[in-house]
Amino acid sequence: MSKREVNMKDTGIPSHPSAGGEAPSELLRELVAHLRQNRTQLREEWVVRITETRLLTAMTKEEIFAEATSVYDSYVEALETEAFEALQAYARNLSERIIPRGVETHEVVGIVLLLRDVLARSLFAKYQTDFKKLNRILDAYEPAANRIANTVAVGFVQERERVIRQQQEAIRELSTPVLQVRERLLILPIIGVIDPQRARQLTEQLLRGIRTNRAKVVVIDITGVAAMDLTVANNLVQTVEASRLLGATVIVTGLSPEIAQTLVTIGVDLGKMNTVGDLQGGIEQAERLLGYKVEKLAEPR
Amino acid sequence: MEVPILKQGAVLIATFQAALSDEDLNHLRMGLVQQVVKFRSRAVIVDVTAMDVMDSFASRTLREIAHMIRLRGAETVIVGIQPEVAFAMVQLGLTLEGVATALDLEEGLAYLNEKFKTMN
Repeated sequence: MSKREVNMKDTGIPSHPSAGGEAPSELLRELVAHLRQNRTQLREEWVVRITETRLLTAMTKEEIFAEATSVYDSYVEALETEAFEALQAYARNLSERIIPRGVETHEVVGIVLLLRDVLARSLFAKYQTDFKKLNRILDAYEPAANRIANTVAVGFVQERERVIRQQQEAIRELSTPVLQVRERLLILPIIGVIDPQRARQLTEQLLRGIRTNRAKVVVIDITGVAAMDLTVANNLVQTVEASRLLGATVIVTGLSPEIAQTLVTIGVDLGKMNTVGDLQGGIEQAERLLGYKVEKLAEPR
Repeated sequence: MEVPILKQGAVLIATFQAALSDEDLNHLRMGLVQQVVKFRSRAVIVDVTAMDVMDSFASRTLREIAHMIRLRGAETVIVGIQPEVAFAMVQLGLTLEGVATALDLEEGLAYLNEKFKTMN
Protein backbone atom coordinates (compact mmCIF):
# COMPACT_ATOMS: atom_id res chain seq x y z
CA MET A 1 0.00 0.00 0.00
CA SER A 2 1.52 3.31 -1.03
CA LYS A 3 1.72 6.17 1.41
CA ARG A 4 -0.85 8.05 -0.62
CA GLU A 5 -3.44 5.32 -0.08
CA VAL A 6 -2.63 5.17 3.59
CA ASN A 7 -3.18 8.91 3.73
CA MET A 8 -6.60 8.60 2.19
CA LYS A 9 -7.70 5.85 4.52
CA ASP A 10 -6.45 7.41 7.69
CA THR A 11 -7.01 11.07 7.25
CA GLY A 12 -9.67 11.32 4.56
CA ILE A 13 -7.56 13.50 2.34
CA PRO A 14 -8.12 12.99 -1.40
CA SER A 15 -5.25 11.11 -2.89
CA HIS A 16 -4.76 13.23 -5.95
CA PRO A 17 -2.47 16.22 -5.64
CA SER A 18 -4.50 19.35 -5.18
CA ALA A 19 -4.69 22.32 -7.48
CA GLY A 20 -1.53 23.89 -6.06
CA GLY A 21 0.48 20.83 -7.04
CA GLU A 22 1.73 19.56 -3.65
CA ALA A 23 0.94 16.04 -2.54
CA PRO A 24 -0.97 15.79 0.76
CA SER A 25 2.06 14.23 2.42
CA GLU A 26 4.12 17.24 1.38
CA LEU A 27 1.56 19.56 2.91
CA LEU A 28 1.64 17.60 6.16
CA ARG A 29 5.42 17.77 6.23
CA GLU A 30 5.32 21.51 5.74
CA LEU A 31 2.72 21.80 8.45
CA VAL A 32 4.68 19.65 10.89
CA ALA A 33 7.85 21.64 10.20
CA HIS A 34 5.99 24.86 11.01
CA LEU A 35 4.64 23.40 14.26
CA ARG A 36 8.09 22.24 15.28
CA GLN A 37 9.74 25.56 14.46
CA ASN A 38 7.21 27.48 16.52
CA ARG A 39 6.99 24.94 19.28
CA THR A 40 8.01 27.15 22.17
CA GLN A 41 5.69 30.01 21.29
CA LEU A 42 2.69 27.84 20.37
CA ARG A 43 3.04 25.72 23.50
CA GLU A 44 3.19 28.84 25.65
CA GLU A 45 0.07 30.18 23.97
CA TRP A 46 -1.70 26.91 24.61
CA VAL A 47 -0.79 26.85 28.30
CA VAL A 48 -2.12 30.40 28.62
CA ARG A 49 -5.40 29.36 27.01
CA ILE A 50 -5.62 26.34 29.35
CA THR A 51 -5.22 28.53 32.41
CA GLU A 52 -7.67 31.15 31.05
CA THR A 53 -10.33 28.49 30.50
CA ARG A 54 -9.70 27.20 34.05
CA LEU A 55 -8.83 23.67 32.98
CA LEU A 56 -6.48 21.32 34.85
CA THR A 57 -7.05 23.24 38.08
CA ALA A 58 -5.94 20.15 39.98
CA MET A 59 -2.40 20.51 38.65
CA THR A 60 0.36 23.01 39.41
CA LYS A 61 1.75 25.35 36.76
CA GLU A 62 4.94 23.28 36.49
CA GLU A 63 2.96 20.10 36.04
CA ILE A 64 0.75 21.65 33.39
CA PHE A 65 3.83 22.85 31.55
CA ALA A 66 5.48 19.45 31.70
CA GLU A 67 2.39 17.60 30.51
CA ALA A 68 1.71 20.24 27.87
CA THR A 69 5.18 19.72 26.46
CA SER A 70 4.75 15.99 26.17
CA VAL A 71 1.22 16.30 24.72
CA TYR A 72 2.37 18.90 22.19
CA ASP A 73 5.24 16.72 21.02
CA SER A 74 3.05 13.64 20.79
CA TYR A 75 0.44 15.64 18.89
CA VAL A 76 2.94 16.83 16.32
CA GLU A 77 4.48 13.40 16.05
CA ALA A 78 1.05 11.86 15.43
CA LEU A 79 0.44 14.40 12.70
CA GLU A 80 3.76 13.50 11.14
CA THR A 81 3.80 9.73 11.43
CA GLU A 82 0.05 9.08 11.39
CA ALA A 83 0.84 6.32 13.88
CA PHE A 84 -2.38 6.44 15.85
CA GLU A 85 -1.73 3.27 17.85
CA ALA A 86 1.31 4.93 19.38
CA LEU A 87 -0.87 7.94 20.18
CA GLN A 88 -3.50 5.71 21.77
CA ALA A 89 -0.85 4.09 23.96
CA TYR A 90 0.44 7.53 24.87
CA ALA A 91 -3.09 8.71 25.70
CA ARG A 92 -3.68 5.77 28.02
CA ASN A 93 -0.35 6.33 29.68
CA LEU A 94 -1.11 10.02 30.15
CA SER A 95 -4.52 9.14 31.55
CA GLU A 96 -3.00 6.71 34.01
CA ARG A 97 -0.92 9.59 35.32
CA ILE A 98 -3.53 12.30 35.51
CA ILE A 99 -6.67 10.41 36.54
CA PRO A 100 -5.41 9.91 40.12
CA ARG A 101 -4.80 13.69 40.17
CA GLY A 102 -8.53 14.19 39.68
CA VAL A 103 -8.51 15.33 36.06
CA GLU A 104 -11.91 14.96 34.43
CA THR A 105 -12.88 13.87 30.93
CA HIS A 106 -14.10 17.31 29.89
CA GLU A 107 -10.73 18.77 30.85
CA VAL A 108 -8.79 16.34 28.68
CA VAL A 109 -11.08 16.82 25.71
CA GLY A 110 -10.98 20.56 26.40
CA ILE A 111 -7.22 20.93 26.33
CA VAL A 112 -6.81 18.82 23.20
CA LEU A 113 -9.39 20.94 21.40
CA LEU A 114 -7.67 24.10 22.64
CA LEU A 115 -4.38 22.85 21.19
CA ARG A 116 -6.14 22.11 17.94
CA ASP A 117 -7.45 25.69 17.89
CA VAL A 118 -4.10 27.25 18.79
CA LEU A 119 -2.35 25.34 16.01
CA ALA A 120 -5.11 26.13 13.51
CA ARG A 121 -4.89 29.86 14.33
CA SER A 122 -1.14 29.80 13.78
CA LEU A 123 -1.78 28.27 10.36
CA PHE A 124 -4.24 31.07 9.54
CA ALA A 125 -1.61 33.57 10.58
CA LYS A 126 1.11 32.00 8.48
CA TYR A 127 -0.83 31.47 5.27
CA GLN A 128 -3.16 34.44 5.44
CA THR A 129 -1.73 35.93 2.25
CA ASP A 130 -2.29 32.74 0.24
CA PHE A 131 -5.90 31.78 0.76
CA LYS A 132 -5.76 28.81 -1.62
CA LYS A 133 -2.69 27.41 0.11
CA LEU A 134 -4.33 27.92 3.49
CA ASN A 135 -7.28 25.85 2.30
CA ARG A 136 -5.00 23.05 1.16
CA ILE A 137 -3.09 23.10 4.41
CA LEU A 138 -6.29 22.93 6.40
CA ASP A 139 -7.49 20.05 4.20
CA ALA A 140 -4.41 18.19 5.36
CA TYR A 141 -4.57 19.37 8.96
CA GLU A 142 -8.21 19.08 9.99
CA PRO A 143 -8.89 15.35 9.48
CA ALA A 144 -5.64 14.45 11.22
CA ALA A 145 -6.33 16.87 14.08
CA ASN A 146 -9.83 15.46 14.52
CA ARG A 147 -8.51 11.96 14.57
CA ILE A 148 -6.01 12.94 17.23
CA ALA A 149 -8.65 14.59 19.43
CA ASN A 150 -10.80 11.49 19.09
CA THR A 151 -7.96 9.11 19.88
CA VAL A 152 -6.89 10.98 22.99
CA ALA A 153 -10.44 11.32 24.31
CA VAL A 154 -11.23 7.67 23.74
CA GLY A 155 -7.93 6.63 25.32
CA PHE A 156 -8.74 8.69 28.40
CA VAL A 157 -12.23 7.26 28.75
CA GLN A 158 -10.98 3.71 28.33
CA GLU A 159 -8.46 4.25 31.09
CA ARG A 160 -11.15 5.65 33.37
CA GLU A 161 -13.34 2.62 32.73
CA ARG A 162 -10.43 0.36 33.54
CA VAL A 163 -9.88 2.16 36.85
CA ILE A 164 -13.57 1.93 37.71
CA ARG A 165 -13.58 -1.80 37.06
CA GLN A 166 -10.51 -2.17 39.24
CA GLN A 167 -12.14 -0.22 42.06
CA GLN A 168 -15.33 -2.25 41.81
CA GLU A 169 -13.26 -5.39 42.14
CA ALA A 170 -11.48 -4.00 45.18
CA ILE A 171 -14.77 -3.04 46.83
CA ARG A 172 -16.16 -6.47 46.21
CA GLU A 173 -13.15 -8.09 47.81
CA LEU A 174 -13.24 -5.79 50.80
CA SER A 175 -16.86 -6.52 51.44
CA THR A 176 -16.35 -10.25 51.76
CA PRO A 177 -13.53 -10.75 54.22
CA VAL A 178 -12.54 -14.26 55.15
CA LEU A 179 -11.62 -14.20 58.84
CA GLN A 180 -9.71 -16.73 60.88
CA VAL A 181 -11.04 -16.86 64.44
CA ARG A 182 -9.26 -19.99 65.65
CA GLU A 183 -6.71 -22.37 64.29
CA ARG A 184 -8.37 -24.14 61.35
CA LEU A 185 -11.62 -22.17 61.72
CA LEU A 186 -12.71 -19.50 59.24
CA ILE A 187 -15.70 -17.23 59.35
CA LEU A 188 -17.19 -15.63 56.26
CA PRO A 189 -19.78 -13.00 57.27
CA ILE A 190 -21.81 -11.98 54.25
CA ILE A 191 -23.63 -8.68 54.30
CA GLY A 192 -25.81 -7.03 51.73
CA VAL A 193 -26.83 -7.98 48.28
CA ILE A 194 -25.24 -10.95 46.60
CA ASP A 195 -25.38 -10.95 42.86
CA PRO A 196 -24.06 -13.93 40.87
CA GLN A 197 -20.76 -12.14 40.26
CA ARG A 198 -20.21 -11.37 43.94
CA ALA A 199 -21.27 -14.91 44.84
CA ARG A 200 -18.67 -16.33 42.50
CA GLN A 201 -15.98 -14.06 43.82
CA LEU A 202 -16.95 -15.03 47.36
CA THR A 203 -16.50 -18.71 46.54
CA GLU A 204 -13.10 -18.16 44.99
CA GLN A 205 -11.95 -16.08 47.94
CA LEU A 206 -13.18 -18.66 50.42
CA LEU A 207 -11.50 -21.57 48.65
CA ARG A 208 -8.23 -19.68 48.51
CA GLY A 209 -8.66 -18.84 52.20
CA ILE A 210 -9.26 -22.48 53.09
CA ARG A 211 -6.04 -23.45 51.41
CA THR A 212 -3.99 -20.59 52.85
CA ASN A 213 -5.26 -21.00 56.41
CA ARG A 214 -5.56 -24.80 56.23
CA ALA A 215 -9.07 -24.49 57.55
CA LYS A 216 -11.05 -27.53 58.52
CA VAL A 217 -14.27 -25.75 59.35
CA VAL A 218 -15.86 -22.69 57.77
CA VAL A 219 -18.84 -20.83 59.18
CA ILE A 220 -20.69 -18.84 56.51
CA ASP A 221 -23.00 -16.37 58.17
CA ILE A 222 -25.78 -14.91 56.07
CA THR A 223 -27.63 -13.00 58.78
CA GLY A 224 -26.95 -9.84 56.82
CA VAL A 225 -28.37 -11.15 53.58
CA ALA A 226 -31.95 -10.15 52.95
CA ALA A 227 -32.81 -12.27 49.96
CA MET A 228 -31.38 -14.90 47.71
CA ASP A 229 -32.36 -16.06 44.26
CA LEU A 230 -31.99 -19.45 42.66
CA THR A 231 -28.57 -18.75 41.13
CA VAL A 232 -27.09 -17.53 44.37
CA ALA A 233 -28.66 -20.35 46.39
CA ASN A 234 -27.12 -22.87 44.03
CA ASN A 235 -23.83 -21.07 44.30
CA LEU A 236 -24.01 -21.43 48.08
CA VAL A 237 -24.51 -25.18 47.70
CA GLN A 238 -21.59 -25.32 45.27
CA THR A 239 -19.44 -23.40 47.73
CA VAL A 240 -20.22 -25.99 50.38
CA GLU A 241 -19.37 -28.84 48.00
CA ALA A 242 -16.18 -27.23 46.73
CA SER A 243 -15.05 -26.58 50.31
CA ARG A 244 -15.51 -30.24 51.08
CA LEU A 245 -13.22 -31.12 48.18
CA LEU A 246 -10.58 -29.11 49.98
CA GLY A 247 -11.23 -31.06 53.16
CA ALA A 248 -13.25 -28.38 54.96
CA THR A 249 -16.70 -28.65 56.51
CA VAL A 250 -19.06 -25.71 56.03
CA ILE A 251 -21.66 -24.58 58.57
CA VAL A 252 -24.19 -22.04 57.30
CA THR A 253 -25.73 -19.79 59.92
CA GLY A 254 -28.23 -16.95 60.05
CA LEU A 255 -30.73 -18.09 57.46
CA SER A 256 -33.67 -15.73 57.70
CA PRO A 257 -37.18 -17.22 57.49
CA GLU A 258 -37.49 -15.67 54.02
CA ILE A 259 -34.33 -17.29 52.76
CA ALA A 260 -35.22 -20.59 54.41
CA GLN A 261 -38.54 -20.43 52.54
CA THR A 262 -36.76 -19.62 49.26
CA LEU A 263 -34.37 -22.52 49.64
CA VAL A 264 -37.12 -24.98 50.40
CA THR A 265 -39.31 -23.69 47.59
CA ILE A 266 -36.66 -23.93 44.92
CA GLY A 267 -35.77 -27.38 46.10
CA VAL A 268 -32.19 -26.88 47.18
CA ASP A 269 -30.85 -30.11 48.63
CA LEU A 270 -30.52 -29.03 52.24
CA GLY A 271 -29.19 -32.44 53.19
CA LYS A 272 -25.94 -31.25 51.70
CA MET A 273 -25.88 -28.24 53.93
CA ASN A 274 -25.00 -28.13 57.56
CA THR A 275 -27.03 -25.30 59.04
CA VAL A 276 -27.27 -23.83 62.52
CA GLY A 277 -29.55 -21.04 63.72
CA ASP A 278 -27.21 -18.20 64.50
CA LEU A 279 -23.54 -17.31 64.32
CA GLN A 280 -22.95 -18.06 67.99
CA GLY A 281 -24.38 -21.54 67.60
CA GLY A 282 -22.37 -22.03 64.44
CA ILE A 283 -19.10 -21.12 66.12
CA GLU A 284 -19.90 -23.37 69.06
CA GLN A 285 -20.55 -26.29 66.74
CA ALA A 286 -17.42 -25.53 64.76
CA GLU A 287 -15.37 -25.58 67.95
CA ARG A 288 -16.86 -28.92 68.88
CA LEU A 289 -15.97 -30.30 65.46
CA LEU A 290 -12.43 -29.09 65.92
CA GLY A 291 -12.19 -30.68 69.34
CA TYR A 292 -12.35 -27.51 71.41
CA LYS A 293 -14.20 -27.26 74.66
CA VAL A 294 -14.90 -23.75 75.92
CA GLU A 295 -15.17 -23.48 79.70
CA LYS A 296 -16.01 -20.46 81.77
CA LEU A 297 -13.45 -20.00 84.53
CA ALA A 298 -14.62 -16.78 86.18
CA GLU A 299 -17.22 -14.04 86.05
CA PRO A 300 -16.54 -11.05 83.79
CA ARG A 301 -14.70 -8.29 85.61
CA MET B 1 2.80 -42.21 32.02
CA GLU B 2 3.97 -43.88 35.19
CA VAL B 3 2.30 -42.72 38.37
CA PRO B 4 4.61 -43.13 41.38
CA ILE B 5 3.06 -45.16 44.20
CA LEU B 6 4.87 -45.02 47.52
CA LYS B 7 4.27 -47.19 50.52
CA GLN B 8 4.15 -45.57 53.94
CA GLY B 9 3.41 -48.33 56.41
CA ALA B 10 -0.15 -49.45 55.87
CA VAL B 11 -0.86 -46.53 53.52
CA LEU B 12 -0.19 -46.30 49.81
CA ILE B 13 0.39 -42.83 48.36
CA ALA B 14 -0.25 -42.34 44.64
CA THR B 15 0.79 -38.99 43.19
CA PHE B 16 -1.14 -38.10 40.04
CA GLN B 17 0.69 -36.10 37.38
CA ALA B 18 -0.69 -33.10 35.56
CA ALA B 19 -1.78 -34.63 32.29
CA LEU B 20 -3.11 -38.14 32.69
CA SER B 21 -4.73 -39.69 29.67
CA ASP B 22 -7.86 -41.82 29.93
CA GLU B 23 -5.64 -44.81 29.28
CA ASP B 24 -3.33 -43.87 32.18
CA LEU B 25 -6.35 -43.57 34.45
CA ASN B 26 -7.63 -46.98 33.44
CA HIS B 27 -4.24 -48.58 34.17
CA LEU B 28 -4.12 -46.80 37.49
CA ARG B 29 -7.49 -48.10 38.53
CA MET B 30 -6.37 -51.71 38.18
CA GLY B 31 -2.86 -51.03 39.35
CA LEU B 32 -3.81 -49.37 42.62
CA VAL B 33 -6.21 -52.10 43.64
CA GLN B 34 -3.60 -54.73 42.85
CA GLN B 35 -1.10 -52.92 45.05
CA VAL B 36 -3.63 -52.73 47.89
CA VAL B 37 -4.04 -56.50 47.62
CA LYS B 38 -0.30 -57.16 47.38
CA PHE B 39 0.66 -55.04 50.39
CA ARG B 40 -2.55 -55.56 52.38
CA SER B 41 -2.79 -51.78 52.70
CA ARG B 42 -5.42 -50.23 54.92
CA ALA B 43 -5.65 -46.98 52.99
CA VAL B 44 -4.70 -45.19 49.78
CA ILE B 45 -4.02 -41.49 49.49
CA VAL B 46 -4.37 -40.12 45.97
CA ASP B 47 -2.53 -36.81 45.67
CA VAL B 48 -3.91 -34.69 42.82
CA THR B 49 -2.05 -31.47 43.67
CA ALA B 50 -0.45 -31.44 40.22
CA MET B 51 -3.75 -31.72 38.38
CA ASP B 52 -4.86 -28.31 37.20
CA VAL B 53 -7.88 -29.74 35.46
CA MET B 54 -10.31 -32.50 36.45
CA ASP B 55 -12.74 -33.75 33.86
CA SER B 56 -15.72 -36.03 34.35
CA PHE B 57 -13.75 -39.13 33.35
CA ALA B 58 -11.01 -38.48 35.88
CA SER B 59 -13.59 -37.71 38.53
CA ARG B 60 -15.53 -40.88 37.83
CA THR B 61 -12.34 -42.93 37.84
CA LEU B 62 -11.42 -41.57 41.26
CA ARG B 63 -14.83 -42.55 42.63
CA GLU B 64 -14.50 -46.02 41.10
CA ILE B 65 -11.01 -46.43 42.58
CA ALA B 66 -12.38 -45.50 46.00
CA HIS B 67 -15.25 -47.98 45.70
CA MET B 68 -13.04 -50.79 44.49
CA ILE B 69 -10.57 -50.20 47.29
CA ARG B 70 -13.36 -50.11 49.85
CA LEU B 71 -14.38 -53.59 48.66
CA ARG B 72 -10.92 -54.65 49.79
CA GLY B 73 -11.68 -53.14 53.19
CA ALA B 74 -9.42 -50.14 52.69
CA GLU B 75 -10.05 -46.38 52.78
CA THR B 76 -9.29 -43.84 50.04
CA VAL B 77 -8.56 -40.16 50.62
CA ILE B 78 -8.21 -37.70 47.75
CA VAL B 79 -5.90 -34.81 48.66
CA GLY B 80 -4.57 -31.67 47.03
CA ILE B 81 -7.54 -30.56 44.91
CA GLN B 82 -6.71 -26.97 43.93
CA PRO B 83 -9.27 -24.20 44.64
CA GLU B 84 -9.79 -23.45 40.95
CA VAL B 85 -10.20 -27.13 40.16
CA ALA B 86 -12.68 -27.60 43.03
CA PHE B 87 -14.72 -24.65 41.79
CA ALA B 88 -14.80 -25.97 38.24
CA MET B 89 -15.71 -29.45 39.43
CA VAL B 90 -18.74 -28.43 41.48
CA GLN B 91 -20.00 -26.29 38.60
CA LEU B 92 -19.98 -29.42 36.46
CA GLY B 93 -21.66 -31.38 39.21
CA LEU B 94 -18.59 -33.55 39.90
CA THR B 95 -18.70 -33.68 43.66
CA LEU B 96 -16.79 -36.91 44.39
CA GLU B 97 -19.63 -37.87 46.68
CA GLY B 98 -18.88 -40.64 49.11
CA VAL B 99 -15.12 -40.22 48.81
CA ALA B 100 -13.10 -38.73 51.64
CA THR B 101 -11.09 -35.63 50.83
CA ALA B 102 -8.45 -33.60 52.62
CA LEU B 103 -6.47 -30.45 51.95
CA ASP B 104 -3.08 -32.08 51.43
CA LEU B 105 -0.93 -35.08 52.21
CA GLU B 106 -0.35 -34.02 55.80
CA GLU B 107 -4.07 -33.60 56.45
CA GLY B 108 -4.81 -36.84 54.67
CA LEU B 109 -2.44 -38.78 56.91
CA ALA B 110 -3.82 -37.05 60.01
CA TYR B 111 -7.35 -38.01 58.96
CA LEU B 112 -6.33 -41.65 58.49
CA ASN B 113 -4.52 -41.74 61.84
CA GLU B 114 -7.67 -40.55 63.59
CA LYS B 115 -9.74 -43.09 61.72
CA PHE B 116 -7.40 -46.02 62.49
CA LYS B 117 -7.25 -44.98 66.14
CA THR B 118 -11.01 -45.07 66.51
CA MET B 119 -11.16 -48.31 64.59
CA ASN B 120 -8.63 -50.08 66.84
